[in-house]
Amino acid sequence: MNHAIRKTGLSGLLVMLLTVWGLASPPARAEYGDLVLNEHAEKEGMPPVIFPHWFHRIRFRCKVCHADLGFQFKAGGSGINMLKIIDGKYCGACHNGEIAWSVENCNICHSGKPGLKTQVIGSRLGTLAPPRAASKP
Amino acid sequence: MNVQMPSLKFIVLLFIVAALLLVFGVVHQAGAAERKNPNVFNRLLKPKKPFNLPPAKDGYHDPEGEGVAYLQPPKEAFKDLVPAKVGNHVDWVRSLESGKITPRYDRLDPKAKPIVMDLNIVREVKGSMPDVAYPHKQHTEWLDCSNCHPAIFIPQKGANQISMAAILMGQKCGVCHGKVAFPITAKTCRKCHSRPKGRKGKKAKAKKAASKK
Ligand code: HEC
Ligand code: HEC
Ligand code: HEC
Ligand code: HEC
Ligand code: HEC
Ligand code: HEC
Repeated sequence: MNHAIRKTGLSGLLVMLLTVWGLASPPARAEYGDLVLNEHAEKEGMPPVIFPHWFHRIRFRCKVCHADLGFQFKAGGSGINMLKIIDGKYCGACHNGEIAWSVENCNICHSGKPGLKTQVIGSRLGTLAPPRAASKP
Repeated sequence: MNVQMPSLKFIVLLFIVAALLLVFGVVHQAGAAERKNPNVFNRLLKPKKPFNLPPAKDGYHDPEGEGVAYLQPPKEAFKDLVPAKVGNHVDWVRSLESGKITPRYDRLDPKAKPIVMDLNIVREVKGSMPDVAYPHKQHTEWLDCSNCHPAIFIPQKGANQISMAAILMGQKCGVCHGKVAFPITAKTCRKCHSRPKGRKGKKAKAKKAASKK
């Protein structure tokens, strides 16, 4: 009995410490142009995908992905899923073990924090605090 | 005896938790008080954020994820590239021109050369801002004609209505600028608004100024 109480006490302490630590950590920002893709991933039990534009544009011009491979200029707009990827479409045109490491490395793509929405980490209005209406709970 | 010892420890633990709760409450209240002051110096301007953070610290990657340790920190990759003040803090145009990066134009063939078109389109701008010179050269280094024509722009000078409002909403030039290509901030206005107003404009202004005297 006592043992159980001690356990809950300890986990409570841990939660407290984590909360305080979370509040104290500095404001963070993903790299400009990074994309979160989470149309299906989290619903199907995988963490969201984070796609780094900066990393890929060092290796490929936009044309390769956005003209040859059919990626749309809209996060979530191309209807990417795992089946298309293993069939060699979209990410799978390169992540096939020949041009780049292959799909079995799930967690290198599925690397996002839980709960992220599909989005582009852009800049517009990003330097302003949210307006009053938006900051109200 | 055996029962007494753990319960003592438990009481001590309870005290620690209570103390932490108190500290947390105080911190929280201080935060609330700060938020309530209507006259803080910067109401809207956010403090400068650190940039080019390593993936595990950027707030989007899950630091506990197994794959994160494999990811490259941007700073390592950008070390030798031409720096800029905004976006990725990399001047991608100059980095490409100087050969610091050699991105492929074809998925498989590292030697494929881009079809570059050197054609500037000058768009006269209402008001005081310099005219916009849209350069096909820097764009076709990266992009295919079909990336812009005809979905974003009809390929005919002056056939497209473009306004700053539309760009800031993510249309026209704003499809890319503000998301992946350099963003729209006070530090970049002149990258697009690069052409001083034409002769005619200058003369007209001079005349106006003269007639005012
Ligand atoms: C090259 C990057 C990449 C790799 C590697 C990868 N995925 Fe995905 N995965 C994606 C993308 C992109 C999506 C679509 C994201 C979205 O919008 O939800 C996706 C979606 C999913 C989904 C959502 C439903 C579906 O069937 O599409 C599941 C489940 C999934 N991945 C599991 C896995 C597993 C398991 C592995 C490893 C065997 C893996 N993924 C490896 C990029 C990747
Ligand atoms: C390795 C492939 C790849 C390369 C290279 C690439 N992109 Fe992308 N881009 C993507 C993917 C994937 C998406 C998301 C598409 C989707 O979710 O359907 C995307 C989306 C975008 C978006 C939409 C963001 C939004 O939601 O508003 C823009 C803008 C964009 N890319 C611009 C560029 C530009 C400019 C370049 C060249 C400097 C470039 N991309 C190079 C893969 C690439
Ligand atoms: C045009 C080819 C191409 C496409 C398409 C592509 N990638 Fe990649 N990607 C690469 C290459 C090449 C690497 C580097 C591989 C290496 O280091 O061995 C890479 C690396 C990565 C990395 C690791 C970056 C790092 O820090 O090392 C991630 C994450 C990634 N890709 C995700 C994706 C996702 C998600 C998609 C689809 C939305 C995608 N890629 C589509 C070519 C591509
Ligand atoms: C990044 C977007 C973009 C890309 C890529 C692009 N263009 Fe354009 N193009 C424009 C814009 C913007 C205009 C000006 C339209 C206007 O003034 O309304 C234009 C105008 C034109 C015109 C009309 C010129 C005139 O004097 O009337 C032609 C022709 C043209 N483009 C051909 C091309 C070709 C060929 C390619 C590929 C080699 C290409 N463009 C790539 C954005 C682009
Ligand atoms: C399809 C995507 C796309 C669209 C649409 C687009 N751009 Fe760009 N633009 C780029 C990319 C990619 C670069 C390379 C530099 C970078 O990524 O920051 C670039 C670079 C430029 C540069 C060169 C800056 C320099 O450092 O030399 C100018 C100027 C520019 N764009 C103006 C415009 C204007 C004006 C429009 C609208 C008429 C426009 N762009 C529309 C993608 C785009
Ligand atoms: C990506 C390129 C680009 C950048 C960056 C940019 N502009 Fe513009 N701007 C344009 C284009 C294109 C037009 C439309 C010109 C026309 O009428 O054809 C325009 C028009 C304008 C106009 C005229 C009113 C209107 O909406 O047509 C003003 C004022 C203006 N811009 C101010 C700014 C300021 C201030 C900045 C910096 C914060 C800025 N612009 C940055 C491309 C740009």
